[in-house]
Amino acid sequence: MAKERRSVESLSDLWRAGAEQAHREVEDDGVEQQRSKQAGRDDEMTIRFVLFVNKQGQTRLAQYYEHLSLDERRALEGEIVRKCLARTDQQCSFVEHRNYKVVYRRYASLFFLVGVDNDENELAILEFIHLLVETMDRHFGNVCELDIMFHLEKVHFMLEEMVMNGCIVETSKQNILAPIQLMEKTS
Amino acid sequence: MASTPAAPAVAPSLVDTLFQRSLNDLVKSLRADPSAAGEAVAVARALSEIHREIRAPDAATKSVALQKLTYLSSLHFAPVGTHLLAFPAIELLASPHLPHKRLAYLAASLSLHPASLSLLPLATHQLHKDLSPSSAGAAHQQHLSALALQLLASPAAAAAPDLPVHLAHDLVPHLARGSPRAIAAAARVIAASPSAAVPVLFKPLAACLASPDPRASTAAAAAFCDLSAPPADATPFLPLAPDLYNLLTTSRSNWALIKVLKVFARLAPLEPRLAARIVDPVCQLLTRSSAMSLTFECIRTVLTALPAHDAAVRLAIGKAKEFVAADDDPNLRYLGLLALGLLGPAYASTVNDCRDAIVKSLGDADTNIRQEALHLIMGMVNENNIMDIAGMLISHVAKSDPEFANDILGAVLAACGHNVYEMVVDFDWYVSLLADMARTLLCAQGDEIGRQLVDVGLRVRDARPELVRSARTLLIDPALLGNHFLFPVLSAAAWVSGEYVDLTKDPVELVEALLQPRTSLLPISVRAVYIHAVFKVITWCFSVYVGRLGDSGMAVDVMFDRLAADQTVGSESNVALVSGEEQDIGASTVRKDPFSHESILYMINLIQTTVGPLINCNEVEVQERALNLIGFVHLVREIQELNKRNVADGDKPSRLEELVKTMQTVFCQELGPVSVNAQMKVATPDGLILNENLVELAGIVSEDDTTPSTSIFFYPCSRHSADTRDELAVSIDSSSLSEHRKRHGLFYLQTGKTEDEPNDYPQANDSLPSSSNNSVNDDKLKTAELVFAGKKSTATKSRPKVVKLDTEDFLSSMMPSANVPKEDPLSGALRDVLLGSDAKALSSQRASDINLEGMLNKTSSNESSSQQIENLGSHPASRSSSRTSKQQNHDKEKGTNPPESDGKEPRKHRSSGRSGHRQGKHKHREKSSTQPDTIPQAPVIQDFLL
Repeated sequence: MAKERRSVESLSDLWRAGAEQAHREVEDDGVEQQRSKQAGRDDEMTIRFVLFVNKQGQTRLAQYYEHLSLDERRALEGEIVRKCLARTDQQCSFVEHRNYKVVYRRYASLFFLVGVDNDENELAILEFIHLLVETMDRHFGNVCELDIMFHLEKVHFMLEEMVMNGCIVETSKQNILAPIQLMEKTS
Repeated sequence: MASTPAAPAVAPSLVDTLFQRSLNDLVKSLRADPSAAGEAVAVARALSEIHREIRAPDAATKSVALQKLTYLSSLHFAPVGTHLLAFPAIELLASPHLPHKRLAYLAASLSLHPASLSLLPLATHQLHKDLSPSSAGAAHQQHLSALALQLLASPAAAAAPDLPVHLAHDLVPHLARGSPRAIAAAARVIAASPSAAVPVLFKPLAACLASPDPRASTAAAAAFCDLSAPPADATPFLPLAPDLYNLLTTSRSNWALIKVLKVFARLAPLEPRLAARIVDPVCQLLTRSSAMSLTFECIRTVLTALPAHDAAVRLAIGKAKEFVAADDDPNLRYLGLLALGLLGPAYASTVNDCRDAIVKSLGDADTNIRQEALHLIMGMVNENNIMDIAGMLISHVAKSDPEFANDILGAVLAACGHNVYEMVVDFDWYVSLLADMARTLLCAQGDEIGRQLVDVGLRVRDARPELVRSARTLLIDPALLGNHFLFPVLSAAAWVSGEYVDLTKDPVELVEALLQPRTSLLPISVRAVYIHAVFKVITWCFSVYVGRLGDSGMAVDVMFDRLAADQTVGSESNVALVSGEEQDIGASTVRKDPFSHESILYMINLIQTTVGPLINCNEVEVQERALNLIGFVHLVREIQELNKRNVADGDKPSRLEELVKTMQTVFCQELGPVSVNAQMKVATPDGLILNENLVELAGIVSEDDTTPSTSIFFYPCSRHSADTRDELAVSIDSSSLSEHRKRHGLFYLQTGKTEDEPNDYPQANDSLPSSSNNSVNDDKLKTAELVFAGKKSTATKSRPKVVKLDTEDFLSSMMPSANVPKEDPLSGALRDVLLGSDAKALSSQRASDINLEGMLNKTSSNESSSQQIENLGSHPASRSSSRTSKQQNHDKEKGTNPPESDGKEPRKHRSSGRSGHRQGKHKHREKSSTQPDTIPQAPVIQDFLL
């Protein structure tokens, strides 16, 4: 009974949040316009998104470097994952999708997908994926899907260290892991 | 539980705080029930908890709630960027506890959303504080500022232009320190609000390029690579060239080198001296580097930005070839092909050198690689190698999976058909290639193949014999009739063999093929074409037969007696029985001479037995064609019977001759292509409201538009002009045009001037700037050569004439799905409205002449839609007035506005000619034969221009 009531409450809360948001969007029309004016600038980042997806197609991590709504994200992931999962090891690691080029690599049961601009260097992105996996491996010790699920925010921290504004800024494993270790020490 | 669903402002109870579930618990609960429903329940529960917990005054509870919410929203369980997530995140930014702060920054960078921008001012101060130096330890401070920079560089912050502007000054010390994050953040800030940020940040950022710290210089290179990316103008970054060059020659970081190369690839086209300067270092990198990513970047830079440096390009091509040949790595093969695709036409021969490797890639396991290889191969096609390449590709089709096989076929068709077959020199080869393509297994390109078969027939006179041969092989194969992809091809083949029946070697065999039992598998539209083709064949056979009897000096009477005698036997006794008998004879004797008495009889009987039952067909198209054909056959027999009864009547024999001649003239006009845009260039005449008519005609239009060859337009021009064609080819003179006009008296109205105005037409020709309407026309050839310089040699010499309309028209017709179908309903409707009643009137007029009356009336009464046309056209006066006004316009425009008059007439004929699926097509022809003034007199050439 209590459970049911709780879910009713949460739904109403959610609805209220949604309504609030819609309201705000109307208010912020001007800002929205400004943003859309800058939409062209969004195009210049090199990495558009990083996705970890397991073999079943479930998203394990999603980091976007451009703004997409929830529905857009879901649709994009669905399409890309379908495309990539269908490919075999003998096929190349690059898939063109809409205006992105998706560079992907499979480690055990996890697919690591990076969406990049068309003129990004595909091989460098493959190296980046490998570096990311190695970094996680060093931190978690023989990283697996569960590690990522239970320590998602740490993986996010690592990604943040490595990629800013869609650019790769840090490629030294030690430097990437230093802040996380610092944080673990302080907490 | 103390959870009251009352006011949302109520803070969570102590119980909630004490028994708060951690993120781990949440993940476990999500994993407990992996089904979608179970997950949804777990998410809903978690969200309701979070809603309460996140309002806790206690930072620990709040942070755990935020952590859970971040988790859920980052995996799309909860909507991104809700207000709910943004506010607590900003609250927690101020927490002195580092993990809380870290979490808050993560939540903020994930959640800040245009919708929550109003909250950003709240964060500005905190960011400012975190960015400024504080009393805390250096490492701690650096960490804090890193977090702040991270947020500043997130897409959310860039969406709020105020934030970066306020904080730009705070970035400067961090830039001076050479922090890669500050550099990335600065790039983002500059991109977000250039006017405010550039004066403050650009110089420190540029200084980072020269920084001794490789991390700083790498980050700076990446930042400038970002800022100079295509939508932006790269020119302002030219002054940075020395620093970048320095980096290019000294840096040992592949990441940095890749970015520097990208910037140079954008800068080099702007400054020629720069290209010369960087060639050497780039080539050195290209040869020395062991990193494939860097090698590939060098290749790409050289091929895109340094095309003038031959040695470098050759070096890059060599590397690219190595990539293509990398057997063990599909990534390298793909990138190698991609790199070769970057090469311009200047290096086509070098690409040609590695054709073997590319061809090998056509069989690759990876679709991307195959596509890229196909793309490359199509890129190297020219008129010299197209036969080799097309042949090779077609042989590859059999080995490929269905999808790729059709990609190949589509690519070959597009390449060969490009710009009116400009690359095809040997049309005999091309026609047989088309037939081969149609026969390949899995071919789903029937529409395009059929279209091109007819198109080549219309445009290339020299290709017709081979076309008829190929059509024959397609038609006689009963296996093809079961493949629905090939119906358009078969339709085209049937049309071709009917239209150019005079080139057929064995009409009897053709009739047999067109009437074979399996034709019942064909769709209605195609069957109708088949039956109509039979009509043409039999008409032609008759004319040859009659003509030959006349030649041989045999008296018409005698010939006729013989024929009549046989015919009466045939028609008076049981038809089926006789035809069976005749077929026996046919098998043995008919083949020897297709125009002998026996073979004619055999064909007539075959037609009666196979087409006869179709008179009762439910489909008007088929029924109508069948009726026409059977009616003709009956007429022939009827005359003979008459003759038999009154042998004394002297003019009966000539009736047969007359009939045959009439029918012969019906089909004697040659069809030519007409500009697709012709109709568009014609102004709508006064008094004609298109939409109004279209609404009424909606039903007819939809029914009408089932022609298989939608993009082919017919324009009749009389075949007897063919003899003089060559002379006409040289001089397109005004007299033929005036003749055209004379013949089109019906379409022309009296203007103030005389009807024959020789000067009008040449003007129209001359002032069509882009048109090369007739390659036969010398002038036009010249313009065509100007446009397609380089094709000159082959186009003028051995290549047969290809009737070509102006280029733009052709381009649009090359995109059949884009232009043509859209336009078709309109033209169909116009045709019906404008010509329906004319065809009607004329045909009946003619029918009274030659006794076809009964048959035609039957035909038209059977056809409901033609009745409809009649009804619509029941105001001949008003309609003719609209037409005449149109003609008036036309006449006026001719002098002043030639492009508009271009194609007007042809279009009209096209529409009349295209009425083939209705009875209009042959009626129109009948009409033109009996009414000389309506014949579009048509020395092939200038008609296309009109």
